[in-house]
Amino acid sequence: MRLLLGTLFGLAVAAWVGLGLTYYSLTHGTAFGGLSIESWTAWPKSGTTDADPYVRASIARTGRLPTAMGDGVSFTLSSDDDGKALDGRCEVVVSGITPTARFWTLTLYNPDGALVANSTNRYGFTSQEIVRRSDGSFDIVVAPRANPGNWLPTGGVERYELVLRLYDTAVGVSTKAGREVPMPEVAIRSCP
Amino acid sequence: MIVRWALLILGGVLLGGIVHLATVIILPRTATQDAYARLSLIAPVNTVVALPAPTPEKAVMPFMDPAFASAVCRYDLSQGPLKLTVPVSSGYTSVSFYTRYDVAYYAINDRAAGRRIIELDLMTTAQHDQVPEDEEVTAADRLIVESPTLTGLIAIRALAPEPGLMRVAESTVAASKCSTQQPEPPRPPARPLEPARPRK
Repeated sequence: MRLLLGTLFGLAVAAWVGLGLTYYSLTHGTAFGGLSIESWTAWPKSGTTDADPYVRASIARTGRLPTAMGDGVSFTLSSDDDGKALDGRCEVVVSGITPTARFWTLTLYNPDGALVANSTNRYGFTSQEIVRRSDGSFDIVVAPRANPGNWLPTGGVERYELVLRLYDTAVGVSTKAGREVPMPEVAIRSCP
Repeated sequence: MIVRWALLILGGVLLGGIVHLATVIILPRTATQDAYARLSLIAPVNTVVALPAPTPEKAVMPFMDPAFASAVCRYDLSQGPLKLTVPVSSGYTSVSFYTRYDVAYYAINDRAAGRRIIELDLMTTAQHDQVPEDEEVTAADRLIVESPTLTGLIAIRALAPEPGLMRVAESTVAASKCSTQQPEPPRPPARPLEPARPRK
């Protein structure tokens, strides 16, 4: 009896620990080999056959197709430069320049990867649509209410993610964070 | 008593580690909602199917880039190699190859292709080995991609740099084709040349 109880207890601990770890690692994006530049993170290896089991499992769970290496690299942002989570009720400014690429797109998603409904049907910007300063830098205001310039509406959602995709770029597996890869800065301007 | 429970917990945690690794590795093979499964519902095998643009209410896959017109070709190489042709739009066009388990193994864009049309043959390693060598040399401009799996996905995407150019991007993607190659009939054995008649 004691042996049976003990075995059952041990197996219960195993199931709880094992499945709990799997769930946590796949929902919190704790994959290895990420390339973090400021608050942006990319997994360039996820677009290659070198993708590790965690990346593969996370891709299968979410149901997305990763950006392939020869196509581009996608950087995800879920918090500002101070580590505060992005809130759709705040005004957030994304400013600066991007690494060299033929084209880039910046898109706003909810944490499940769906686009966010808004009155203007704008879900993102491409590098060609952006209004820039004379030195080539830009400001994108991510806010619930209309703003002059490059306004990306949040629809007032509580949490969102920004995805910056660089197409036909030299940024990749061998890239190290540094001067060659200047990522735009992200700062909260105001919060209600 | 305490030692006994401590040992049980320790054993459970160690076993839990194994369970964790096993589930992570098995997950891609058991996922029922991965990209391939989602696309299987709308994309027949070996034809190009344009994907509807993602909207907040509905999207075929999460994290699709709304600036792109996209199409997929879900392939099955068991009937023979696949021929893919994608015209190039004015913006940016790319073709990415994924295995059955959504691992990207190859991608090419319009600039890398260097022509007005991206044209390539997709085949398994075994099928590539069967291609006669002389044929491969004569068709040197023919790009051959080897698929690590028999089935998989090809994602064809064209960028609309401005919303007004979405029509152009959509027509680019719609004009692309993927189809199984008809196996070539065996060539008749070459006849020996007739010996030249000796001149008188």
